[in-house]
Formats: sequence, structure tokens, C-alpha cells
Amino acid sequence: MRGNLLDVKNLKVVFYTYRGVIKALNGVELWMNHGERLGVIGETGCGKSVTSLSIMGLIEQPGEIVEGNVYFEGKSMQKMNSSVLYDMRGKEISMIFQEPVSALNPVMKVGFQIAESIARTKKISIKSAYPDVFKMLELVGLDAGRVINLYPHELSGGMAQRAMIAMALSSHPKLLIADEPTSALDVTIQAQIMKLLDDLVSEMGNAVILITHDMGVAAEFCDKIAVMYAGNVVEYASTTDIFDEPLHPYTKGLLKAVPRVGQSKELVGIPGTVPDLVNPPSGCRFHPRCSHAMKICAEELPPLFEVKQGHYVACHLYTREGEHDGNRSKI
Amino acid sequence: MEIEVKSEMLMKVENLKKYFPISKSYFSHSVHVKAVDDVTFMIPTKSIFAVVGESGSGKTTLARTVLRLIEPTSGKIFYEDEDLTKFNSKQLRSFRKKMQIISQDPYNSLHPRKLVKDIVGEGLKIHFHMSSNAILDKVKETLERVGLREEHMFRYPHEFSGGQRQRIATARALVLKPEFLVLDEPTSALDVSVQAIILKMLKELKKSLELTYLFITHDLAVVDYMADYVAVMYLGQIMEMGTKEDIFNKTAHPYTLLLMNSIPDPDPHVRRGKMIPQGEIPSSVNPPSGCRFHTRCPYAKEICKREEPKLVKISGTHFVKCHFPNPT
Repeated sequence: MRGNLLDVKNLKVVFYTYRGVIKALNGVELWMNHGERLGVIGETGCGKSVTSLSIMGLIEQPGEIVEGNVYFEGKSMQKMNSSVLYDMRGKEISMIFQEPVSALNPVMKVGFQIAESIARTKKISIKSAYPDVFKMLELVGLDAGRVINLYPHELSGGMAQRAMIAMALSSHPKLLIADEPTSALDVTIQAQIMKLLDDLVSEMGNAVILITHDMGVAAEFCDKIAVMYAGNVVEYASTTDIFDEPLHPYTKGLLKAVPRVGQSKELVGIPGTVPDLVNPPSGCRFHPRCSHAMKICAEELPPLFEVKQGHYVACHLYTREGEHDGNRSKI
Repeated sequence: MEIEVKSEMLMKVENLKKYFPISKSYFSHSVHVKAVDDVTFMIPTKSIFAVVGESGSGKTTLARTVLRLIEPTSGKIFYEDEDLTKFNSKQLRSFRKKMQIISQDPYNSLHPRKLVKDIVGEGLKIHFHMSSNAILDKVKETLERVGLREEHMFRYPHEFSGGQRQRIATARALVLKPEFLVLDEPTSALDVSVQAIILKMLKELKKSLELTYLFITHDLAVVDYMADYVAVMYLGQIMEMGTKEDIFNKTAHPYTLLLMNSIPDPDPHVRRGKMIPQGEIPSSVNPPSGCRFHTRCPYAKEICKREEPKLVKISGTHFVKCHFPNPT
């Protein structure tokens, strides 16, 4: 077992649509230990959200997990029956979403929704859960006495996300999945929310998977980063390794494309676009956009393997098969 | 207010206001959203003037009002020496070919049932009454300019990716040979790898076609990459304005400073014990008294609650609206 909390092995997920079968995940490998903070970064359609839904056991029709397994604390989640999974969600693993206002039920008061989730995980009555609700709302910096009686539409985006965090952390989950928690918020509010999350998680010691497209947010929050592209984890290493010595051409390209304040270098984009996953490219799915692409890249999907201590990459530039290709010297 | 900048000014905006009424009643006076509230600035010819702000700061309303796509409540908009607010709709229409806009969402800004050649060529038909063959030639030339090919003319918008659509929107704006372009968050719907390509293209086009940009964005990093001049807006007002160096290296307004602090840095070695603004963005229906930022400002004093500071000049090109500029 590679990680004592979570181990995702060769996960393949497809969605059956009228356009054809979308091969959303193409053998995702991901693992983490208790209390770690893992950032999953990548662009639109790379499979970040599908990965998190698979971990939650929430892939439903027309989607299907066709291969692979998710192990949570060593137990295969595919083999659990639905009532065990139901108990785990919210208690062991909880989740916060990108659009906090729409993730809350619009016709229930905020306090009631949080009380309901606490009542469910602690198996107590909703009424007796209110003291906990009060405590959690205070903890996330909201005026509990007031917010408890408000409806979600009366909250601003930042307040709603705080309420979501209160709900998600109320059961002290072992794993919190935050799916683009601040993408819909303004930068100043984003800074507040990320600081809050940082403080709370440091205190409670939960493991966090932070899904984001913002390299800055990932750099500031995470211990480790997994870079995803078109349904695969292409690079997985500590945050400092990813930013200081990126190995995969996609990671390198991504880092060169991010504008930064106080840095006058030219931006370099990645030519081409994200592939259509109904007809994904053969072999390495990045090869049509890759400036280092070799013959083997179109033929064979490179596995995610350890190049250096704790630094994993899925790229033929670093495999033995790629060694025989003349292009290799170009890295 | 006098602004002395050596280069020529393409556009001057004076005391521009746009209030949107939100309730009308015979018994109480009407309530307004003060989206743009007394804004004055100038855009030097052939420069990129960036307006940056959070949601609700009025930056998009400003962009549209400057083109008179929304009628201003009061104020003057000079394009070179002509006052756009005095134009009637016919004069305005012929003037519009000089000023074009590229909007934020490339998925909604292109007509889904028109071919690219018609989307891009429509302006030519209206403004220059060209023959359809001449239009096709012109469209082809413009598409090549923005990195698309001839065959793309006969496709529909849904066949393109986000980045390509933003290229089409750019071609539509450029085909009329405008002098002035308003770019309203042109890349905020795009992924970073595509954003980098589009920003670079816009910068190159500006140079080769000698354009002037009004660039609206919420992203200070993009401002740093693109802009020559920057205005920072908050709740309908300009808080700080100046050259890029003024804003980034000699930051004078606490809001600008805290906005910069809020940007997460894509460098894991930079761990700042940074100060970030407190609280939420107030509503622009009932903006705070005095300085509008005082509710979130860590440096706020008594006077900030009572008195609204004026936008004053602190150096040749640098303006700031604060009682206590230059926080440390």
C-alpha cells in the first residue's frame, strides 16, 4: 500500500453519452497518507472532478468505473455495500464545492442543514445537534446567532463557503475533498477562505485533497501535487519539486503559462487544445501538444513511475523504452 | 482635474456616473445601484489602460458606458476631441467602427447559427457596404491575422474551442480597422495555457496595428503582463491610478496593497505572513460613508468614516484616493 489513507489504483471511468463513450479517466494513480494535503491541478476536462467523485463513490449512470480500485484505509471502496458507503460519506470523507450557494439547499435554513448533517453522522436528533452547529459556525468566523436562521440566498459567496466548510468539518472527517473551493470567489475573499481552511485543517489534522486550476492556490496550501491531463496523473511529487524541478513537459508548459505579479518574463502558452475524450489520442494523451513527442509516445501510454525519491512522472522521456529514441537528448 | 502626460490622449472620461434604478415608488425616493460613481481618467494613444477590480467594482459597467452601449447617467466621454455623450444614434453608429469591444464569454458572444464568415463580416456589410467577395477576402485576411485559417470561415462557433472562439471575437473586432478596443476580461473563461497564447496575440496585435486598449480584468498578474497604465476600482470609484510602475512598485492605496497580498503566489518558497482585507465587499446600493474602503481597511481612522478623500495627484502620473496614502 503506497498511502495509508487513500490509494487510487489504475482507475478508469467512462461516461456513456449520445456522442459516444467519454473516456474520462484513463488509469489514474493517486495516493496519500493521513493528514497530508494533496493538490490536484489541471485544466478543464482533465478529470479532476471525476477523480474526486470516484473517491466519494458518487459515479452514477451514465458513468461507470470500468477498471481499477479506490482503497480507503486499505479497504476497497468498490467492494463496500451502499449502506457502508452511505455512512462513510460525510463522516470519514466530506466534500466542499465550487459554487457554495448552489451546493446548499435553497429552501432550508443554513442552521438546519448543518444540524441535519451533524445529526446524521453522529446519529443524534436534529434538535440536539444545534449546539454543535453553533460551535462550528463560530469556528469558521460567522455570526452564528444570525446565520443559523438565514437561507442560503441571503449569504454572500464567501459566507456560504464558510458555512459549507462548517458543515464538512463538523464530523471531523479523515479526508476533506475541496473541489475548486474558491474559484467562484473574489481574490480577497479567496485569501480569507484559504487562510481559514489552512487554520482549521492544521488544528484538526484532516487530510485534504484540494482540486484547483490555480497554481498559486496549490503552491500556498499543499504538501504534494498531482498534475492531471486528459484523464491521467502525469506527474506527482512534493510541491517544491513540482515548482522547482518539473519533469513532465505539460507541467513545465503550465508553469510557463501562469502570469505572475512582478515577473516581466514573456508568457509561453501550450499550443493546441485539450483533446476530445470520446476520441482521445493514442498512447500518451499529451503527445499531440508536446514539443518533445517521440514515436513511442503515440503508441504506448507511459506508466507513472518513480524517477527520483518521491517524484513520479508518466512520460517516455524518462522511461527505458524512450531511451532508444533520438529525441531524448532534447529535454 | 488635470492630468499631464506627455503623449496624446485618445480618450478622456470626465466625472462619469452610471446609476441603475432598482426600485421605483411614488412614495419613497428611488433606490440606485451606483455602479460607476464619478470616474475620471484619460487613455493615452497607443497604450494599454487596464482597469482592475473585484466583482461589483463597476469595471464592466465602465467598459460598456465608455462605448455608450449603456447610456451614462452623467459625465462626459471625449474621443479625441469629440464628446460622445452629445452624439445622436446615427452619428454614434458611424463612429462605432473606430471602437470595438471583445467580451468575456466567448461561448455566448458569438451567434450560434451564423457561420464564422458572417459573424466576422457583418460589420463590413453595415459600415462599408462592401460586396460579398470583397468581404470574404477581408475576413480571410483578418482571420489569418489572429491565427485562424481560411477553412475556418465556413464553420459554426460550436465547432471551436474557447481559445479559438476568442480569436474569432478578436477578428470580428479587428476587421473594421478600429483604433480603440475595449477588452472585457477577454481571457477569464480560458485555461491558463490558452490564456497565455491569447494575451500574447493581443499584445502583438496592439503593436502591429497601433491600437489603444481599455483592458478590463480582475487579475493583477494579467495587468502586470499587459498594461502600461492601471486604474484600481472599488465600489464604482477609482482608488488608485497611474503607470504600471506607480501601481506595482510605489503602491500608495491600502486597497491596492491588500489586493496584491491576496493573490496566491505560484512559488512554494514564498510564504508570507500577509495581511489580507477583512470582511465582505459592501453593496454598491448603500456604499459606506466617507472612504468606501474604510470598512475593510486596516489603516482606517476616524476621518475615513466621515470624509470622502479626493483623488489627488502624488506624482506626475500617480493618483490616489486616500487620506493616508503610502501604508507600510
